[in-house]
Amino acid sequence: MPDSQRTTSPPRWLSMLRVIGWRLLQAIPTLLAISVLTFTIIRSAPGDPFANDKAVREEVRAQLEEHFGFDQPRHKQYFRWLYRAVFEFDLGPSTKQTGFSVNEIIAQHFPASLELGLYSLLIALLVGIPTGVIAAVKRNTVIDYGAMTLAMLGICLPTFVLGPLLLLLFSIGLGWFNPLGWEDPSDRVLPCLTMGLFYAAYIARLARGGMLDILNQDFVRTARAKGLPALQLVWKHTLKGGLLPVVNFLGPAFARIISGSFVIETIFFIPGLGRFFVTSAFNRDYNVIMGTVLFYAVLLITLNLVADIIQVLLNPRLRFDS
Amino acid sequence: MTRFAKLIPILVLAWGSPGCFRTEPRIDEAVRSQTLLIGNGTEPQSIDPHIATGVPENRIIAALFEGLAGVHPKTLEPIADGAAERWDISPDGLTYTFHLRRNGSWTNGDPVTAHDFVYSFYRILHPNSAAQNAYMLYPLLNAEAFNTKKIINFGEVGAKALDDYTLELQLKGPTPYFLGVLNHYSWYPVHRDTVRKHGGDFKYDSLWTRPGNIVNNGPFHLVEWKLNDHLIIEKRDDYWDADQIKLQRVYYHPIDNGESEQRAFRRGFIHLTSDIPVHRIDWTRRHMPGTLRLDPYLGTYYYRINLSDPEPDASSRSTKARRALQDPRIRRALNLALDRDAICKFLNGGQLPAYSFVPPNAAGYQPSYTLSPSPETAQELLAEAGFPGGEGFPKVQIVYNTLESHKQVAEIVQEQWRKNLGIEIELLNQDWKVYLQTVQQLDYALARAGWIGDYADPNTFLDLWLSGSGNNQTGFANPIYDELIHQAASASDHDERMEHFQKAERILLEDLPIIPIYFYVSKRTVHPHVIGWEENLLDRHPIKYVSLRMP
Repeated sequence: MPDSQRTTSPPRWLSMLRVIGWRLLQAIPTLLAISVLTFTIIRSAPGDPFANDKAVREEVRAQLEEHFGFDQPRHKQYFRWLYRAVFEFDLGPSTKQTGFSVNEIIAQHFPASLELGLYSLLIALLVGIPTGVIAAVKRNTVIDYGAMTLAMLGICLPTFVLGPLLLLLFSIGLGWFNPLGWEDPSDRVLPCLTMGLFYAAYIARLARGGMLDILNQDFVRTARAKGLPALQLVWKHTLKGGLLPVVNFLGPAFARIISGSFVIETIFFIPGLGRFFVTSAFNRDYNVIMGTVLFYAVLLITLNLVADIIQVLLNPRLRFDS
Repeated sequence: MTRFAKLIPILVLAWGSPGCFRTEPRIDEAVRSQTLLIGNGTEPQSIDPHIATGVPENRIIAALFEGLAGVHPKTLEPIADGAAERWDISPDGLTYTFHLRRNGSWTNGDPVTAHDFVYSFYRILHPNSAAQNAYMLYPLLNAEAFNTKKIINFGEVGAKALDDYTLELQLKGPTPYFLGVLNHYSWYPVHRDTVRKHGGDFKYDSLWTRPGNIVNNGPFHLVEWKLNDHLIIEKRDDYWDADQIKLQRVYYHPIDNGESEQRAFRRGFIHLTSDIPVHRIDWTRRHMPGTLRLDPYLGTYYYRINLSDPEPDASSRSTKARRALQDPRIRRALNLALDRDAICKFLNGGQLPAYSFVPPNAAGYQPSYTLSPSPETAQELLAEAGFPGGEGFPKVQIVYNTLESHKQVAEIVQEQWRKNLGIEIELLNQDWKVYLQTVQQLDYALARAGWIGDYADPNTFLDLWLSGSGNNQTGFANPIYDELIHQAASASDHDERMEHFQKAERILLEDLPIIPIYFYVSKRTVHPHVIGWEENLLDRHPIKYVSLRMP
């Protein structure tokens, strides 16, 4: 490659913008595909949104279908939904929660999921990263084995076991916390711990793996040989690189964490979005299914992009245009 | 790093420090402020009395609205504690004249008038209303005809406002349970101007029931409604009977997870639960004596048997089973080979074995004929039908909606039929909406079912089996049966009426499109602080008679 061409390579921020633009463009067909797939799947599932344990008269059903536009041909319904979602930011009404719109449901319930997710993530990072890093630094010692056994336990112990256990101990046993709800600030502690510890276990394992990779590299050995104190070595030279797998994991995991957990929201009775994901499918609440899935998809795409950017910023070997 | 790691537990504890001592249970503070905390099962689908259909909805709507007559919280006898202060009944039992109380008011100050009721009946009965409970008003003269578009002039329906405070209702036949029906929310009035202001008479997802919009005539008014969290109502000081009401506030928490609900109860977060899981019953008996409430409930748990002809192109396996079930001897054999006591014992909540369909004590009704289970007779019947010892009997499937207790009951049934008849049963669980579709399209052999009475009268159980009744869903059709139910509807003498019902039920139990299994109980835990939460067959608990007191 002639030298003249190399010098014209664009500045870092410009290539970053270019990548972001490109990825956002790519997001459009992805979201369209997700919406078509979701629509097709839920509409081909048996059962209908208005079925009730008491029989619904044909005339009544016909009126309800007309009211919600379900009497139209499928493709027309899809395009009408798409048009409204894109141009009017209107995700339609819920069939189960009469009088509530999907926009309203997301707006009312996402904040609780977001809060639960952010605190959980904080716990996950505060517990997971130090545990993983220490285990890596003290590899093959009792500390390492202990930490990794705990992490393995954390991954294997499902939240629907850990949650009730914590409740039994701290709420019913010791009486420190409410058994459910999301009113008092202290209501956050147990659900966030339950979710946070679960992810902490993952993060600890990833952090340990990433750190081990880095600690085995030549520059680390050189630094050690030069007599650099261990703490400074870890902190200054290896942490940034060692945590790359964690950052990689956090992109999609973050979207999953903040979009709500059905299990935790059910156990702790938290008015979050996670319960709507699942109950709307049971209720055949078509608009709520479409709305929550698309909302999650947008979150996922955005946060993946953010994770990729952070990764490039952390890792000098990666370039935006590569 | 290690030092930092040691800090983490301390940080976590510090963060949770506001809760770092044993906090006072929420129900203790609630007694002082007269705040009732209810676990209400599921999130209400709607609190519009003409749109709503479920039980959790009923608990809320009955606190916000009131109909012409109320019911006694214990006996369920109609009492004049609603919008009407008295009523006259014509000697033929066909005309009811209600005299509305002059001090009845809507939350916006308007008086509650007879016109409000006429408007409300018009609204729910109108063919454009999409109201699933409109059939509850069918005792009214011409109500069914108007609802099903056979007549278009509402003036022909038997509801007239003689003046602002006098309402005359004409019935199509003497309906002994009529006053009791009035306590069902489909008969409650709505405020016309408010409904019209928010999208018109028949707008299905109107916002008129939102806090701030809603105008209602009952003892409480709506303060806050947050989905999947709580719905709060507060006492109305301008309600005509406000002096009687001690509760100041009620929280309804739609806690749909039974385990979470029980934990909330144990920890003093709610006063009463909507249910109690089967396996929690014994624990509660031992550890929280005095809180467990198991009361007879006007409902029957049963299996439907599909009597309709299988379509020739239906899947061959279910076709064979369904052909076999068309033989009445086989249906009888299945019924007689079932030990219902074992099922009730397993359920452990005081459920009664069902040997007939109408639950006991519905308006004093007693069946004249009941099934008497006997495995031997069942085996003989099966042999007579060509399957001695169950040999060659096609595999029959029981469909049930996904729920642990349905599965457990079905497993007991499966085991008993294997043991007593030597036949193999397959269990198929389906998600709720799929199950509903399977049953409604008559695409099953055996299907779990339950029916809860709308009012305390055998009619609500027996008119289910009229030919072509929407909830029949078995293909059972018998003109003599239909005739008996219609005769009962026009009978004015109590004994004569009961006799028609007995004859009809006997036909049902001889032809057996069903396998009755047990009669329901309402089961929940109620904190001793709660006063006036009386047991009754319909599980209705008028909130104006409930209060809280330290024992």
